[in-house]
Amino acid sequence: MNSGQLLLVSILLSSFIPGIIIFCLPEEKHRLRTLLNFCGSIVKISLVLVMNAGIYYGHVFEIRLPLIPGVELLLSGDPLSALFTTLSSVLWLLTTVYAVGYLENSPNRSHFFGYFSLCVTVTIGIALAGNLVTFLLFYEMLTLATYPLVIHRGTDKSLRAGRNYLMYAFSGGAVFLVAVVWLQAIVGPMDFSASGFSPMYLTSHGSVLTFIFILLIIGVGVKAALVPLHGWLPQAMVAPAPVSALLHAVAVVKAGAFGIVRIVLDVYGAHNLLLMGVLPLLSAVAAFTIIYGSVLALQQDDLKRRLAYSTISQVSYIALGMSMVDQQLAVIGGLVHLVHQGLMKITLFFCAGNLAETLGIHRISEMRGVARRMPLTMAAFSIAALGMIGIPPTVGFVSKWYLGLGGLAGGNWWLLVVLVVSSLLNAWYFLPILIYAWFDKQQGAWPEELYVGRFETRLMLLVPPLVTAFIVMAAGLVANAQISPLAWVRFIVRGYTL
Amino acid sequence: MFSSDTAVWIVFPVILPLVAGLLCFLFKRGTFGIALAAAIGNFFVVSFLIYQMLVYGPMRCYIGGWHPPLGISLRSDGPALLMLLMTAATGLAITLYARGYFLFRISDPLRAQRHKRQQHYFWPLWMLLLTGLNGLFLSADIFNLYVTLELIAISAAPLAALSGKPASLRASYRYLLISLIGSLTYLLGVVFLYRSCGVLDLALLQNLAGNRLAITTALVLLTVGLMLKTALVPLHFWLPPAHANALAPVSVILSALVVKASFYLLFRFWFEIFAPIISLSSLNFMGTLGALAIFWGAIQAMRQQRLKLMVAYSTVSQLGYLFVAFPLSMFVDGGQAWSIVVFIALTHACAKSAMFMVAGNVYLHLGHDRIKSLKGVRSSQPITVFAYGIAGVSLMGLPPSGAFIAKWMLLSTSFASLQYWWAVVIAGGSLLAMIYVFRVMSNFFVIPEGESSKKNVSLSPLLEWPPLILALISLFLGLISPWVLKIVLYKDSGLFAQIFQGGLP
Repeated sequence: MNSGQLLLVSILLSSFIPGIIIFCLPEEKHRLRTLLNFCGSIVKISLVLVMNAGIYYGHVFEIRLPLIPGVELLLSGDPLSALFTTLSSVLWLLTTVYAVGYLENSPNRSHFFGYFSLCVTVTIGIALAGNLVTFLLFYEMLTLATYPLVIHRGTDKSLRAGRNYLMYAFSGGAVFLVAVVWLQAIVGPMDFSASGFSPMYLTSHGSVLTFIFILLIIGVGVKAALVPLHGWLPQAMVAPAPVSALLHAVAVVKAGAFGIVRIVLDVYGAHNLLLMGVLPLLSAVAAFTIIYGSVLALQQDDLKRRLAYSTISQVSYIALGMSMVDQQLAVIGGLVHLVHQGLMKITLFFCAGNLAETLGIHRISEMRGVARRMPLTMAAFSIAALGMIGIPPTVGFVSKWYLGLGGLAGGNWWLLVVLVVSSLLNAWYFLPILIYAWFDKQQGAWPEELYVGRFETRLMLLVPPLVTAFIVMAAGLVANAQISPLAWVRFIVRGYTL
Repeated sequence: MFSSDTAVWIVFPVILPLVAGLLCFLFKRGTFGIALAAAIGNFFVVSFLIYQMLVYGPMRCYIGGWHPPLGISLRSDGPALLMLLMTAATGLAITLYARGYFLFRISDPLRAQRHKRQQHYFWPLWMLLLTGLNGLFLSADIFNLYVTLELIAISAAPLAALSGKPASLRASYRYLLISLIGSLTYLLGVVFLYRSCGVLDLALLQNLAGNRLAITTALVLLTVGLMLKTALVPLHFWLPPAHANALAPVSVILSALVVKASFYLLFRFWFEIFAPIISLSSLNFMGTLGALAIFWGAIQAMRQQRLKLMVAYSTVSQLGYLFVAFPLSMFVDGGQAWSIVVFIALTHACAKSAMFMVAGNVYLHLGHDRIKSLKGVRSSQPITVFAYGIAGVSLMGLPPSGAFIAKWMLLSTSFASLQYWWAVVIAGGSLLAMIYVFRVMSNFFVIPEGESSKKNVSLSPLLEWPPLILALISLFLGLISPWVLKIVLYKDSGLFAQIFQGGLP
């Protein structure tokens, strides 16, 4: 095993081993558990940075484990996987800080953190997967690792949500498996590569390959919550706030979106998809999901549910970008939104969790005047919400700008309409919250004031959203700098012939 | 390729448990020690046999130096040795688990006497059953196979009756009858074959089997007899009560090993001995029964109120996959067909053992196994619940379990041969498995309201670790698939050529 392979394995193990140890630790060893979590996440971030540097300078990271003829597990680090691993590992650290604060004095913490670490391991596995089999392996494991987190509270409601989640996720997994095997029966085993399979298969199996593409998108679309496959997501809101944050920003939803990116760019490739003419279908689904999710978000009074529908809408920007794979700018916009949406959404969920944990606020109608009680939390919330609307200089603006430019360059005027309508809807459901919070007066007592202390809430709950909100601003301001997500996405796109 | 000196090792998997079984009958004390020694010895001998095969190739041993068509012979090849390994590994785990199980039951002063008696009968019967299983996988002639089938039947039925409850007595009585009918049908088939071919040796039969009425009849009889023993839908009715009412270690043995033995034989008949006269429509018929089994078993498993019955119906469902492999195996070479069923069988053996052990632990812990009242088990028995989860994942055929590899091969064969409906069956079956596995799982995860004043019995490591280890094996079987494949493929035809050089008619 050479050093590059060792690096890949250590990136996976840096969260897996803490997870396993945490499972074995007795419940009351809080300090040791927290220490393990932090060590693991800091080690992971460092290793990921080393890998990123290696990838930037053209080093090849790859491990192969052949199973049966035609099936092999392949972990590889390419620029695209680096994007997702970096996002996951950084947000893991922040979410860990948040979760330690959030779950103080609640039962079953060793289970929670154990599965939390496994969940991150599996997400990293999805990012590093080098072919469809490996992707499938981690994709199915992700369902298993997140299920205990979704039903963590153990109530009937959460069990129902968990059951629903499993039904959706495993049905998607089964469709995905069938599609992967079918594809391989036609084009043979293949790794993710910048060119996709050879166009000559299209002449012999054109319609079957189109059908398989649809199956593959359905398979990953369940996790990406494309309408009409989104039913599980709002229900899964019963999970604790750090879980929702992780599910929406990094792990589950993003794994689905990442799958769409892989299938479009690496499995089929731009040229094949253009020949097949299946992209308008993806555009239509994505556009519909964007609008529909926003419209549903408008009707929610429960804060977390509104955020959930907003996720459904926002994640589809990635799919929308991918559906215009012939336009480099649109692809950049979609890919960079993978990171940007994660940063914004995790901030929003952290803040929603703070409101619930500090003042017992779960509904938007209860938020009047809350900004005076919790100014920092609401500042972070506001930045992220403005980002979602797409107001400069936040990162949300960058995503939408590139998507819009890409649409114009390809002559897709309707895309601009979708973006404008969606931004208006975003404003419509986020701005009232901000107005309530900042400019309204408090009415009566808070539902349940749980924390009174020096800061507006526990420090470990306060810092993570402030950090992510800062990144939301900073990454938007310095979008052109060498270390911004946008710069890395440009580096990724350079590898593809679009 | 082989010599009689090295081939002699092949008799030990039969002799060791047989001797141990007899010793267990004779002695009152130390029976566990004897059985454990035999199980460990068996495991090492089987490992050695595999090593030997990798070096020297498949082997044959003629007992007493009598060559076919007169004498009895044992033979080893890849699939047989893998089934032996499956038996040896789960057998070792079962031996340890059974020890923990009986110790736990005996520690209950109210029923100590009864459980001591049960344990006293358990060890010799289990060893005898192991003898039968090993003999079946190694035997090379159809009459010998009949003897091993009978040996399995007459040791499995009393084992199933051990718990002594009326329900289990009824179930095991029916089980005995079904087994005997199956064996007799099989014997009738053997008679037909002997009448028309004049030989009993499998290798010789393979060359003589032609498309004649007598041979077709024989094949039908053999198949029906073995289907009855394998509990293929619609002949499965005896299995759930027999498996669910037995003592936990016995359920494990019956579900993980015994049904596999008759299936193994059936597969050998269909794909080696009688392969030339098998028609596609008969294969499709078997596959259709398999598909029915997958769905019927899963639907029944979903409806059960008791954990052990659920696990037993899941066996009915999982056995269906073995038969779905029939029509698809037509389109792959023999090695791959074997590897499909071997992967399914190995995964199912490990995962199902783990599940029945978990069910046993839950029963010991709570005093019942009603699915609706499993609240709080996760916090009191984390290892057991974890084992259940992993075994469930393997049964669903999620990667990287061995069942996933098998499903992958089945799916890719069905696409390559344009039989898309099998793909639907296979994918649909996994979803149904998900439903019944997680129906129980979610109950484990419920946090009981109020204080949990259930009797908090701690289980010994002997009860907790065997299921976990078996479950982990079943899950990670897919990762070692290159080695499994390598062993399965040891089926060279040179073996049979050499026999005929011996100057047979």
